[in-house]
Amino acid sequence: MDNLLHIENGGIVKRSDIPLVSFDSFATILSEFVENDGYIVQFFALVEGDKNKLIAVVRNNQLFILSTEVGENFASLTATASEKFHMFEREIAEQYGIVPKDHPWLKMVRYHANYRGAPDAFGNNYSEDIPGNYSYFQVEGEAVHEVAVGPVHAGIIEPGHFRFQCSGEEVFSLEIQLGYQHRGVENLFTEVPLKRLPIIAESIAGDTSIGHNLCCCQALEALGGLSVDPGAQIVRSIALELERIANHIGDLGALSGDVAFNPPAAYFGRIRGEFLNLLQVLCGNRFGKSLVLPGGISQIMTAEQSTIIEEKLKELEPEIRHVCDLLFSAHTVQARFEQTGTVSNQMARDLGLVGYAGRASGIEYDARVTFPTESYRQLPANRNEMTNGDVNSRATVRKEEISHSIHLIRLLLNKAGETSSTTIMQDFTLEPDALIITINEGWRGEISHCLMTDAEGKIERYKVKDPSFHNWTGLAMSLRNEEISEFPLCNKSFNLSYCGFDL
Amino acid sequence: MESILSLGLALLAAPLFPGIILKVKALFVGKKGPPLFIKYYTFVKLLKKGSAYSTSTTFVFAAGPIISCAGAIMVLFFFPIGAIAPVFSFHGDVIVLFYILGLGRFFTIAAALDTASPFQGMGAAREAFFGTLAEASIFAILILFYRMNGSLSFADYFTGLQPISLTSPAGSLLLLVIVSLFMVLLTENSRVPVDDPATHLELTMIHEVMVLDHSGPDLALIELGSFYKLFFYSAFITLMLCPLDPARGLLNLPLFYAVLALVYVAIGFIESVTARFKMRRTPKFILTSCTLVFFAAILTMGFNK
Repeated sequence: MDNLLHIENGGIVKRSDIPLVSFDSFATILSEFVENDGYIVQFFALVEGDKNKLIAVVRNNQLFILSTEVGENFASLTATASEKFHMFEREIAEQYGIVPKDHPWLKMVRYHANYRGAPDAFGNNYSEDIPGNYSYFQVEGEAVHEVAVGPVHAGIIEPGHFRFQCSGEEVFSLEIQLGYQHRGVENLFTEVPLKRLPIIAESIAGDTSIGHNLCCCQALEALGGLSVDPGAQIVRSIALELERIANHIGDLGALSGDVAFNPPAAYFGRIRGEFLNLLQVLCGNRFGKSLVLPGGISQIMTAEQSTIIEEKLKELEPEIRHVCDLLFSAHTVQARFEQTGTVSNQMARDLGLVGYAGRASGIEYDARVTFPTESYRQLPANRNEMTNGDVNSRATVRKEEISHSIHLIRLLLNKAGETSSTTIMQDFTLEPDALIITINEGWRGEISHCLMTDAEGKIERYKVKDPSFHNWTGLAMSLRNEEISEFPLCNKSFNLSYCGFDL
Repeated sequence: MESILSLGLALLAAPLFPGIILKVKALFVGKKGPPLFIKYYTFVKLLKKGSAYSTSTTFVFAAGPIISCAGAIMVLFFFPIGAIAPVFSFHGDVIVLFYILGLGRFFTIAAALDTASPFQGMGAAREAFFGTLAEASIFAILILFYRMNGSLSFADYFTGLQPISLTSPAGSLLLLVIVSLFMVLLTENSRVPVDDPATHLELTMIHEVMVLDHSGPDLALIELGSFYKLFFYSAFITLMLCPLDPARGLLNLPLFYAVLALVYVAIGFIESVTARFKMRRTPKFILTSCTLVFFAAILTMGFNK
């Protein structure tokens, strides 16, 4: 434990200060850390000259960083320590061809050739179309049948492949294969001029544009020595909460639609639009694009806008309460939500679930409380009462978060007397030889960006982690021994991002 | 002549009523909803299209829609719509007719299996299972009617000497039968809470998933067949609800269609206020309908002394 370096969310770390330990002690320290209620924020590879480095950023209620040097392979921590490493190790193998030996399920994450031209870890020929060379988990037996869904779906949703191993209606195993939307976001960040970074960050996942862009801008501000005035921080926090409310409401409506209970689906659909419109009032874009810039915000919030938001909230809050009552008090809906797609607290801890999916399974972690940024230091935390880990809990947590977020926006609006000026995209230089981690609680959960600069202050490595990276496994586990017909409901209760995962 | 007129009117009017369901559901969620004649427009649109066939399918796939639609139409030939004597009738026709509907289902299932898609196999298994359970209720109803009326033909049930209606001596028992038959109607016609006709989620579908591969005129036939099937069950309930005098002939029709429309409104109402059941719980729902009729059958022992 002593070797772990304590770092701050959004604080600069000199690259030379990152502790470098032998792989054995790296493995021992991390194994011990994750066993004692520690979770992984980032775990990625980096090639420095001819050295292959692994960097891990972990958290309990504080953030720590550790690095090690490995050769062409290393002993998998998934095999020996915890499932929390699973996806990260696969990603390392895919991005740099550094193979985690004895990894229990080593297959590609997003289907692309590795960055350094090393032999491919999975034996894929990338001139061929996806899916390439990979096997699925198989269940043998007389009554077992396999159902393959996607990547092209019946609704207008993103592509993903779901492979069910079923016996009759019961699902034994669900394996989720994504990667169909891989755009090479991380490398794009290192190639384009600085002023384009926020635009790319906003497009990582279209429904989380504020969340991802906040992470990006906070990193650039710290490295570029820019300060953000309190008025701008308030607007950023309001925007993040509006994004959260809009998405939660949209999902509650969709959950209702999935169980064929139409009235809330229609009402919530309209109310979601009202919140997107509030974002438009704030910045001119319904998804909050171009609002957050390094150094501040592009539009100041005037008293007029503040009044519009306040009055709209006053009008919408009782409506939301009534529709929630309608949804949560209908017995037939309760019968569908309760004890469906349960992820036990132990399972959620083993997988390291984040966001509402984690909170619904009793993991209290909320980055707004543990690693507060912007105005969150002065704001109250939320409490969730329903933590059974089923669809009902995930829906209830969202309901509670909606009213909490409305409360937060009210508090922020009252503070908004503090002045703020608009920022335009300016030229700035980044601190050389530095690493920075930014964490924000997006509506899905913990979003984290990690940025490393080289000796000239150019971005050498940009690592993005969407909460979906942790939670897709949670969805797969929620389907164990569940009926296959409950899949759409479970899927919607998690509502994970495809492109946020695919990057 | 009256019989043929009434049948023709029913065949023309059947696609109108599902429009009522859509309208009711739309009103519940505060929307205007599609026009009442939407099903006619869709039908014409589908007829204008071509059908696409997968190379892995055989003649069974093409036969499915035709047989299921023909089966549903055939039932209406034997049904006293508006208590007007049906076109055909013979002793025992009810049993034959329910099996003709069963034959239609058999071919729909066979066509679904013919596509070799994993979804369709799943849907077929569900449809066969729930259809089997619903059959128990239907035959319990037929047994009860035989006890009450001594007949096994639709014509005798509603146009015979002792018509079955709420006002007949054992009429109160019909309340149980009506509830039960309504549950069967929801099951057999893939309505909420058993199935969701509006969903696009293949994994949860029962009936819809079996017809996913059908297109154009084939799909039009399937839709038409489903309108007639729903019309038949709704008309069955309507005749139990409102006693009509067979002697009045065509004059019965306005009242009949008014009550029929109410049955469709009830379907729309149920679909608006309930969510779908878990698939695992659905058999309980269907078997409840069987229990209700069985209970009614036991009670008739008191009336028929």
